[in-house]
Amino acid sequence: MQIEVEQVARLARLGLTEEEKKLFGEQLARILGYAEILNKLPTEKTPPLTHALPLKNVLREDKVFPCQNAGDIMANAPDEEEHMFKVPKILE
Amino acid sequence: MQNKTAHELHSLLTAKKISSVELTEKVFEQIEKVENRVRAYVTLTKEKALKAARAADERIKNGQDLTPLTGIPIAIKDNMCTRETLTTCSSKILANYLPPYDATIIEKLQAAGAVMLGKTNLDEFAMGSSTENSGFHTTHNPWNLETVPGGSSGGSAAAVASGECILALGSDTGGSIRQPASFCGVVGLKPTYGRVSRYGLVAFASSLDQIGPLTKDVTDTAILMNIISGRDPLDSTSVEKAVPDYRKSLVNDVKKFRIGLISDLMGKGIDEEIKKAIKAAARQLESLGAIVEEVSLPTFEYAVPTYYLIAPAEASSNLARYDGVKYGHRSKEFTDLLSMYYHTRQEGFGPEVKRRIMLGTYALSAGYYDAYYLKALKVRALIKEDFDKAFKRFDVLISPTAPSVAFKIGEKTADPLSMYLSDIATIPVNLAGLPAISLPCGFSNGLPIGLQIIGEAFAEEKLLQVAYTYEQNTEWHKRKPSFAKATEGKPTL
Repeated sequence: MQIEVEQVARLARLGLTEEEKKLFGEQLARILGYAEILNKLPTEKTPPLTHALPLKNVLREDKVFPCQNAGDIMANAPDEEEHMFKVPKILE
Repeated sequence: MQNKTAHELHSLLTAKKISSVELTEKVFEQIEKVENRVRAYVTLTKEKALKAARAADERIKNGQDLTPLTGIPIAIKDNMCTRETLTTCSSKILANYLPPYDATIIEKLQAAGAVMLGKTNLDEFAMGSSTENSGFHTTHNPWNLETVPGGSSGGSAAAVASGECILALGSDTGGSIRQPASFCGVVGLKPTYGRVSRYGLVAFASSLDQIGPLTKDVTDTAILMNIISGRDPLDSTSVEKAVPDYRKSLVNDVKKFRIGLISDLMGKGIDEEIKKAIKAAARQLESLGAIVEEVSLPTFEYAVPTYYLIAPAEASSNLARYDGVKYGHRSKEFTDLLSMYYHTRQEGFGPEVKRRIMLGTYALSAGYYDAYYLKALKVRALIKEDFDKAFKRFDVLISPTAPSVAFKIGEKTADPLSMYLSDIATIPVNLAGLPAISLPCGFSNGLPIGLQIIGEAFAEEKLLQVAYTYEQNTEWHKRKPSFAKATEGKPTL
């Protein structure tokens, strides 16, 4: 099995060294190869189960609450200005 | 004193034979003696703990708002948000993260008057079975320092076993409470999905994660469940269902209980010594009046690959938030936004987290979604059906918690698949959202063996009754690592 490691890493926004690309390529192929045994089970008529419990969407009233801890939240930001997160320029 | 249970200490506290400050200082003495060898903690908060202990002593003095946890020192796995105390998930990417809020379970513990000692080590983002994936250090098993404590809640389990706390909280996505409880010879309960609020638990795999207790006996597990259970408006997956008084389940009686011994977890891949101990436990339950029969859940052999598609898929989505923008590490090496993401995540995540993000991204990507992720969800449905069928015949199911006792540090790190297989008995339970408890049921080479008891959704009371009965009729839980005993201070009581 050949895994397109670089393409997957791009989708995940994950930088990898050459060594990691090689290692993960091999390990993922082995793990996914192991997962092939799932194909022994017929599941044509089985609906997929995303949650074990019958969960329903929970809605609440759309009310405005004051944010008491904006300062604490922004204190974790690697870079900020006037309570806004700063990132490298994305538009020329 | 630090080897006593919460319920024993509660009696001493309310009889004013000890104070919470004395107790807390005693636990910190033990931490100073053994922590350099066990390394259960990531962060210790002694001053905050002593402050909470003083407040608890005030409550006890006034006899006001006393709960069974008032003044009792507790350790918290470091993936639960604590305001003004670092919450790292044992990841370099969150090494400096100070949550702006407390998890709901932390608020509940504070309201109960519990004394938080600090934050315990885990496999990075709870991904692992040994704590060797921690971005900071590996925790050592108090029963044999050359072996792992299990994982991912290995820090919490080791802290309970070594007397570095009275009880602890962990989280369990595929066995992360039960497997370390088994390896460290303590009691660990993974509650039903939706029983305990996860607001403030850093998400790993949201359809599987659940918070639960790690304690020295079943009684303490019931006490902690009483405090942390219940619906929380801030966690939309928590279930609106009355919380019983779990202490009422502490009844020494299993007569007429129908118990299914899972034969699929008593065959190949499970160590002989483990099988022997589980068979002995089954016979003992039988001699106490339970009806024990073997039961097969044939889809179990598919549970590990199913889990290792679903959990990484959810993780790859949940961990997209670590991008160096809102909190956590940001790389200094970047030329634009995209390269900032790449470098930040490359530097911040360890190898197992990267491996799972890759695996999950692959399983969800166009062209592979149906073959892997969707297929896994369908097999998940079949696994749940197997459980449903079994619970038509049985009140609870039993099995080993883990296929072996604690393994040597470094033994499985080179082979991710062999590490994944150490969760073979615990994973099916998470896929079906069920409650399960692990408690000590024997020893092999001086290392503890765990008995897993599985129940239907919201049948924690049955689990606790069977576990309590087994515990009351055995002595395993009274054994302590010689290392914890040797370092015990002079009795002051």
